[in-house]
Amino acid sequence: MEFKLSRRSLLQGTAALGATALAAGLPFGARAKDAAIGFIYVGPRDDFGYNQAHAQGAAALKKLGGFKVLEEENVPETVAVEKTMESMINLDGAVLVFPTSFGYYNPHMVKLAKKYDKVRFLHCGGLWSDKDPANAGSYFGYIDECQYLNGIVAGYTSKTGKLGFIAAKPIPQVLRNINAFTLGAKLANPNATTQVIFTGDWSMPVKEAEATNGLINQGVDVVTCHVDSPKVVVETAEKRGIMVCGYHVNQSKLAPKGYLTGAEWNWEELYPKLAKSAAGGEKLPNLVRGGLKEGVVKTSAYGPLVEEKARKHADDIKAKLTAGSYVIFKGPIKDNKGNTVIATGTDRGQTDIELEKMNYLVEGVLGALA
Amino acid sequence: MEASPVRIDDSAAHWQDILRGATEAVAVPVLAVLAALVLFGLFVTIAGVDPFDTYSLMYAGAFGSWFSWQNTLTRAAPLILTALCCALPAQLGMVVIGGEGALVIGGLAAAAIAMALPDSAPLVLQIAMAIAAMAAGAAWVALAGGLRHWRGVNETIASLLLVYIAVAVFNQLVEGVLRDPASLNKPSTPHIGDANMLTTIPGTDIHWGLAYGVIACLLAYILIYRTTFGFGMRVAGGNVKAARMVGLPVGRLVLVACGLAGAAAGLAGMVEVAAVHGKANASLIVGYGYTGILVAFLARHNPLAIVPVAILLGGIGASGGLLQRRLGLPDATVLVLQGLIFIAILTSEVLYGRLPWLKRKPS
Repeated sequence: MEFKLSRRSLLQGTAALGATALAAGLPFGARAKDAAIGFIYVGPRDDFGYNQAHAQGAAALKKLGGFKVLEEENVPETVAVEKTMESMINLDGAVLVFPTSFGYYNPHMVKLAKKYDKVRFLHCGGLWSDKDPANAGSYFGYIDECQYLNGIVAGYTSKTGKLGFIAAKPIPQVLRNINAFTLGAKLANPNATTQVIFTGDWSMPVKEAEATNGLINQGVDVVTCHVDSPKVVVETAEKRGIMVCGYHVNQSKLAPKGYLTGAEWNWEELYPKLAKSAAGGEKLPNLVRGGLKEGVVKTSAYGPLVEEKARKHADDIKAKLTAGSYVIFKGPIKDNKGNTVIATGTDRGQTDIELEKMNYLVEGVLGALA
Repeated sequence: MEASPVRIDDSAAHWQDILRGATEAVAVPVLAVLAALVLFGLFVTIAGVDPFDTYSLMYAGAFGSWFSWQNTLTRAAPLILTALCCALPAQLGMVVIGGEGALVIGGLAAAAIAMALPDSAPLVLQIAMAIAAMAAGAAWVALAGGLRHWRGVNETIASLLLVYIAVAVFNQLVEGVLRDPASLNKPSTPHIGDANMLTTIPGTDIHWGLAYGVIACLLAYILIYRTTFGFGMRVAGGNVKAARMVGLPVGRLVLVACGLAGAAAGLAGMVEVAAVHGKANASLIVGYGYTGILVAFLARHNPLAIVPVAILLGGIGASGGLLQRRLGLPDATVLVLQGLIFIAILTSEVLYGRLPWLKRKPS
């Protein structure tokens, strides 16, 4: 399939092959040169977190060759992102745009997709519905699978059985990670608890540091998080000599001693795939979702403190998740107020729409939603 | 000056003075911006980028085409209104930096009133939203003004701290009682409805917020320089004791100036809700209020100068993306330029009355 996208192969003289493939999809002006693909980040692209994960995906695409990769960072979820997309299209000839922040979707990206119906838009967040334009799409990963594995490793490795979770907002995506982490930990240690602290927003470095220190002072010895940049949490944990599970990207460089493992996005694999399919003129996938099985998420390599028993158990579950034969949210599950939220005998698989509305913390989580 | 010969000469001298003043008012900031651009050129040269490439890209991104102009003007629109929030109290010598809070509270009030009046005609609803937003913003900044007047609380600190309270109130309500249950992962108020959205200025894709800003600046200019009330503001700003001595109602001046200031920022919040997002959510809190302070200071608190200055900063924002994409410069580059312009303009204050070719010739 390589010939479909590569400009090099075209130049090398495999013109017949190349021409058929290229003629299929790209708008006229882009045929002669590399297709321009835009990436837009809501924060700095070197944040050791959410935005870096996307930038790594863009970097993988750049390495592949055959595409002109355009990047813009620190673009707020306002008219600014509309104008950035439009500028990429009008001034740089972008044929595919990746606005990577959740809040870029509606109204901004939807509006632009209607206005530029020849350009493809792929958004990170998994929001597309059939009312939205056909040239718009949205993708997301079941990263709670990796938080579940984080939990297993944390449950085995923690000496106090007290785990900590620093979270931005009590919204379904975040709650799902907290709950998966806790369920994983209880698999390893049924008495494990997760103390959760909500900071209120996606990027609150000072509060995140305070929260981490506060948790450590209460006896927590493994922390993880769901904020845009885990850098502060990971560094604070390392400095205080406790253990940490990463999120978004691999942060082991920030905590060579205490880093256990991490839940990572695998945009390096997805973005080249999506770009190739666009360049090949294939129909835009409107909704892309996947977990370990589809290669949308991955885990960090184990750190030095993770014992054999923990590795074995986590690897075993990971193999089952990768095969698609394991259900994390399997009844009976109670919330931390004692109500049954998933009844005995009910399996809520990854694609179950009910999980997208999650509004509870499972038993074992210390903390409240409001 | 000797005993003046004839009246007509005086009048000529008078007009010369006005011309000289106007030329100075334009020349000094233009020189300052040029100086900042030269320094910025040095900066990008050190960063390994050709400064002339940078300038030409900036021009292309900000003003080089109709698309770029619309980009620039769209970004300038909210800044004009938030700049007024700083510039109006500045006439009284007050430094109010809490425009962000009034914008956030204004946006919240606009979204709340839209929820309360679900079946109104679009125009009625838009007017109600504007009034609610302006009233809420006005009350918010007037609170800082009142604290200053009656309790002697520093208005700069008070207005800044009120921003944090505004954001907390906003988040509490948007994630609580005002939340649209369908907004799962990005808590928002319900959408106001497409029919109720503010439209764009015909022939452009710029929303009406820009026109509101320009009108508000004109009104503010008339208020400050063409009314007794404005004269009172400026007297109190010059010397508050003297103002009290001559019987000016300083308290009322403070409250009204702060109220109008807050109303301007509140209206900016309403425009964000009614023209951009269709709902109130965390995307309202992006720092327009703070950039407005920069605009007001660069405009030396003159409402008419706010418009071109906001367009200049909008243009810098619009061209920033191109610098990142084409030259690989980090986003912070644009902040460096903003900072350089700010320092250059503040430093240029010393040039007033000192430019040799604009000096009044000794008679």
